[in-house]
Amino acid sequence: MTRTIFSALFSHWRRNPLHLITLLAGLALGTALWSGVQAINAEARASYDAAAATLGEGTYAQIVAQDGAAIPQQTYVGLRRAGWLVSPVVEGDLGRVRIVGIDPLTAPRGIGPVSVGGGADLGAFVTGTGQILARADTLAALPETDATVIITPDVAPNTAIVDIGLAQRLLGRAGQIDRLIVLPEQPIKRRPLDTIAPGLIETAPPDSSEVARLTDSFHLNLTAFGLLSFVVGLFIVHGAIGLAFEQRRPMVRTLRALGVPLRRLIWLMAVELATLGLIAGLVGVALGYVVAAALLPDVAATLRGLYGADVSGQLTLRPAWWISGLAIAVGGTAVASAGALWSLARMPLLASAQPRAWVMARQGVALSMLSLTLLMLAGGLAIWGQGLSAGFIMLGALLVGGALALPPLLTLALRFGQARARSPVAQWFWADTRQQVPGLSLALMALLLAMTANVGVSTMVSSFRLTFVGFLDQRLASELYVSATDAAQAERIAAVAMAQGVVVLPILAVDAKVAGQPAEIYGARDHATYRDNWQLLRAVPDAWSVLARGEGVLVNEQLYRRADLDLGTMVPIAPGLELPIVGIYGDYGNPVGQVILNDAVFTRQFPDVTALRFGLRLDPSKVDAFRAALRDQAGVADSAMVDQAVIKAMSLSVFERTFTVTTALNILTLAVAGFAMLMSLLTLAVMRLPQLAPVWALGLPRRRLAALDLLRAVVLAALTGALALPLGLALAWALLAVVNVEAFGWRLPMYLFPMDYLRLGALALLAATLAALWPAWRLSRMPPTQLLGVFRNER
Amino acid sequence: MLLSLRDVTKTYPGAEAPVLQRISLDLHAGEMLALTGESGSGKSTLLHLTGGLDTADRGIVAIDGTDLTPLDDPGRAALRRGTVGVIFQQFNLIPSLTVAANIAFQARLAGRYNPDRVQRLTTRLGLGDHLGKYPEQLSGGQQQRVAIARTLAPQPRLVLADEPTGNLDEATADTVFALLCELVAETGAGLILVTHSERLAARLGRRLHLRAGQLT
Amino acid sequence: MNVKLIAILLWLPFQAMAQGFAGLGTDAEGFAQPRPDTRLQFPADHGPHPDYRIEWWYLTANLTGPDGTPYGLQWTLFRSALAPRDGQGWDTPQLWMGHAAVTTPDAHYVTERLARGGIGQAGVTAAPFAAWIDDWRMEGPDLDTLRLTASGPDFAYDVGLTAMGPLVLHGQNGYSVKSSAGQASHYYSQPFYQLSGTLTLPEGDIAVTGTAWLDREWSSQPLAQDQTGWDWFSLSFNSGDKLMGFVLRGSSDYTSATWITAEGTTTALPDGAFTAKPLSHHSVAGRMVPVEWRVRLPEKDVDVEIKALNPDAWMATSVPYWEGPVTISGSHDGVGYLEMTGYDD
Repeated sequence: MTRTIFSALFSHWRRNPLHLITLLAGLALGTALWSGVQAINAEARASYDAAAATLGEGTYAQIVAQDGAAIPQQTYVGLRRAGWLVSPVVEGDLGRVRIVGIDPLTAPRGIGPVSVGGGADLGAFVTGTGQILARADTLAALPETDATVIITPDVAPNTAIVDIGLAQRLLGRAGQIDRLIVLPEQPIKRRPLDTIAPGLIETAPPDSSEVARLTDSFHLNLTAFGLLSFVVGLFIVHGAIGLAFEQRRPMVRTLRALGVPLRRLIWLMAVELATLGLIAGLVGVALGYVVAAALLPDVAATLRGLYGADVSGQLTLRPAWWISGLAIAVGGTAVASAGALWSLARMPLLASAQPRAWVMARQGVALSMLSLTLLMLAGGLAIWGQGLSAGFIMLGALLVGGALALPPLLTLALRFGQARARSPVAQWFWADTRQQVPGLSLALMALLLAMTANVGVSTMVSSFRLTFVGFLDQRLASELYVSATDAAQAERIAAVAMAQGVVVLPILAVDAKVAGQPAEIYGARDHATYRDNWQLLRAVPDAWSVLARGEGVLVNEQLYRRADLDLGTMVPIAPGLELPIVGIYGDYGNPVGQVILNDAVFTRQFPDVTALRFGLRLDPSKVDAFRAALRDQAGVADSAMVDQAVIKAMSLSVFERTFTVTTALNILTLAVAGFAMLMSLLTLAVMRLPQLAPVWALGLPRRRLAALDLLRAVVLAALTGALALPLGLALAWALLAVVNVEAFGWRLPMYLFPMDYLRLGALALLAATLAALWPAWRLSRMPPTQLLGVFRNER
Repeated sequence: MLLSLRDVTKTYPGAEAPVLQRISLDLHAGEMLALTGESGSGKSTLLHLTGGLDTADRGIVAIDGTDLTPLDDPGRAALRRGTVGVIFQQFNLIPSLTVAANIAFQARLAGRYNPDRVQRLTTRLGLGDHLGKYPEQLSGGQQQRVAIARTLAPQPRLVLADEPTGNLDEATADTVFALLCELVAETGAGLILVTHSERLAARLGRRLHLRAGQLT
Repeated sequence: MNVKLIAILLWLPFQAMAQGFAGLGTDAEGFAQPRPDTRLQFPADHGPHPDYRIEWWYLTANLTGPDGTPYGLQWTLFRSALAPRDGQGWDTPQLWMGHAAVTTPDAHYVTERLARGGIGQAGVTAAPFAAWIDDWRMEGPDLDTLRLTASGPDFAYDVGLTAMGPLVLHGQNGYSVKSSAGQASHYYSQPFYQLSGTLTLPEGDIAVTGTAWLDREWSSQPLAQDQTGWDWFSLSFNSGDKLMGFVLRGSSDYTSATWITAEGTTTALPDGAFTAKPLSHHSVAGRMVPVEWRVRLPEKDVDVEIKALNPDAWMATSVPYWEGPVTISGSHDGVGYLEMTGYDD
């Protein structure tokens, strides 16, 4: 019996290949969108993690030679024998590949390849000709050596991990070490570093720079886009499955009447759909891979810009997103078909087999209520919600609530149109459009969400860029930033600067607790640099002069929000010193609070703190010459001098890349939504014949009907777009003002970009028109006999 | 006794009066019964109860002495597969299967597919030239012949026909009706024919009239 | 490169953990094999034997604080060779592992070090005697007078050792058979150390005195294929006599023991003479480990119960095992050390 039932179920797809293709394509596209974004996300993260793990940077304190030279191996042994748990690293380039030599016996857990594959063998790694662990593409770029190569995908891009002995041999650096990783757990009773190796300095685990911290925001960006694409994908999957059921309701009834048990039928349909979901999922993941591969070079460039470290532009097939992609396809299919199967199970055998789409109108009230509830939940969370997860739940409630509000709002708008219509054709047009809303609602919801996501994410990214560029101008006002190793060098730097007439702005800072929050207290010299460049979010009149007189402080937004401060609030800075807040400044990317004091007040309060970092104001064209002077006369290492122009250019290029990625994803989402609409229109085309035939018979030519159908799609898309704009802005607001605040403690100002929205609207209309074009063309060429068939008795 | 109804009562949810009220009825194998009545008189409901498509509120519907009332969905589905065959006014063919596959479908479901018998039926019903076509390519009369062939292929003991010619013109209806009666008679099955055509009803051996849920 | 991986790979030469504890039961191709006719030479044999696969300098001590609190101390340096050769620089196949521990009645402090030979980070010289890994040392002019130090994130110690008796050779002149199939090691001890020094624990410095026992052993395959681990006892009786005995667990147990008089004369006891039966088990690190034993050596009228000072003396190191001080009661009283390996889940 099972085979007979399957033959009937499959005959539907064989007879209507277009239905099958639309179902598979809908599922595959939804999956592709999701897995593409996931792939980019996963790859970006994996690249970071591999880079951080390979280099041991970011997590561990390090010991380097003060003069930047190599550390003799004997010094390393001396440190170990003095109780310092340090692990040696030697690095260098071999061809274009960065060779990192480690000692696996002393390296902290997680350094080097995160896990070495099945061929791992410590003996082979440390002795004999050795082994080289790297990604396949890196290995291909390596010159020939006698070591065995082992493909290890977890190694950072363009980096090869080898034993330190082999690294010294390959790089011709016998007995030399570049840096020592300091393990977090050290034995008690260890001698101070300067008594063992005076030339070495220990650097704390790098407190990631302001610019690097913004990468977290970039991730949030991608994560948000992943979430949005997930919702859009889910709607598309739901739509595709829903249609597959609609089309087959009459057949299901017939099968049951002929004696097919209900339970078996439902099981077989579930198996059938799971199979289709799996096939479509595989295609979708493959498609997602293509999407990700196309976009990844840009993302890679973005990350390379941020980290300065190599991030592979190549995609590794990761089991995680194969699995997540298939899960979204099969899971989405399951979620979507569960409802449909449930309604099939409850459908009385003798009920009319009319497609449910037309019945859906009756559920309108329930859906409107649900929508209202969700929107209220979103609103409530926006006001009272706490924490990042509340932020994300709010996003979800906002999106789904907004989507569910679409059909009733469309119906309302179309009723309004109908009431205004004068000519009979116009009246019929509005009424007929309204009747189609239930059938098209899933596709329109997908379009709505796609447009919403686009408006929201574009707004977010653009706001982000504007804010960030402004912030860079403010923060990186000095042309050159220099760090001194000690007070003596600081004095030499000041002397060199004085001799050349360069303005020195010392950066005085001390860690403290302010208003119960961890914070940094900065001393700032009164200089035009600050007055001209810093924009305060809120300030009392003439705040800079008050600050210069030492009669007030500035605090950053993070501290202002977390400690619930306000202008005029007295802030205890140190015992016996309390000053009012005269201004609040944006401090994007900084996790902790900040207070800025006048430098004279600072020095009085913290006499022990000497400035080791300086901002230097000078003619940009003289930066190179001055760097050379600092190097030669004050012994400042190159790595201790940062050219502001370089940072700025790098940061800006990052955002350009972000834009490319965002735009590409925008277009992709719209295309997918357009496809969902095409599917719905094609299905409706058949069902609508009984409605169209009388109008045709009454004298409206097919071409006219087709044109009206096209117009109908545009009207629906335009109405959808009208709702998408406020929803998208709400989304952007939620991302900038809720999620970002919860995640990072600072709020991004929101800017509006009307031209962008216009362009997006035009793109959405274009997508809708393209989707409606083919069904309309088919209608305009429909043989009259087919329309006549509606009136034939036998139907 | 092939079919036996005792005090069968059925009320649709929300309806005030029962659609069937204490109906009792017997049918022997080989007996052909015409059931007439106005729209809403309950004749289709009676047919559906007999075919296990619906369940009675009270009373007994027994086929070959077995009560259908306690059967669950799989049990009633099994009944429809093998013992009872239903012919609908709307034909209810599977649009995506060819004529041949449609005819063989129910017999295959019932596990009683016999190619010779199917061949005989198609010849008798004049469908031989249409086996490779799809239902939508056939006229209404042809489609109903396909439905008759499908129903008779597994050799049901009881054939239930719900206005089988209601969608056909008079001439076609007569031909199809004659064929149906002839073929059912050959198998010795029982037949209940629901119709509002007095003309067709008059051609069957036994007639019952339903009015307001009661047999008259 | 994670620690677990190192754990699996390091102690071996050892390809499969299934083959005996820490892979000690695997074959020994290319490595030198212990021979019964080898005569140990001192001080040369205090130094490393790089041709053999595995070797250890294993010191345990039973201590007492000023208030009478008993303590245990362990200092171990393992040498493991990936290949039977020595060499200078990074690519030497000689790997070193140090374990240090201090056991109190209610705490057990453990730490571990790993190092490559060939660069000076770890090693052993015979004369003057020095064994070291990182800042840990066992150093003296000779083996009779040693200074012993080790440190971890939460403890350290610095103690002096003086030998009050002769070296003791186990088995047949230091050739110790480990299975009826003939697996063996070279094995000698210095069980007569007097110790005094300082333990540094989280609660502060503690002056301690006591006795210590040094085991020296090297081999290339001390276990038979079917042997999964061992229970090793070093017992110092108040009478001045000492007993070293072990049970190698396998398809059939193999036992061996050395009876050491207070003067240092030894009696090697054959398989079966020494018996040890678990009396009760204790759950530690997710396994059941026997921490109370009944030990018998009828030949010397020994019938004692052995009880762990701290049953949680689990060595959570790359290759985990149980090692801790014990007290002795019954026919004889005293203190000692118990080591139990191969209780892997």
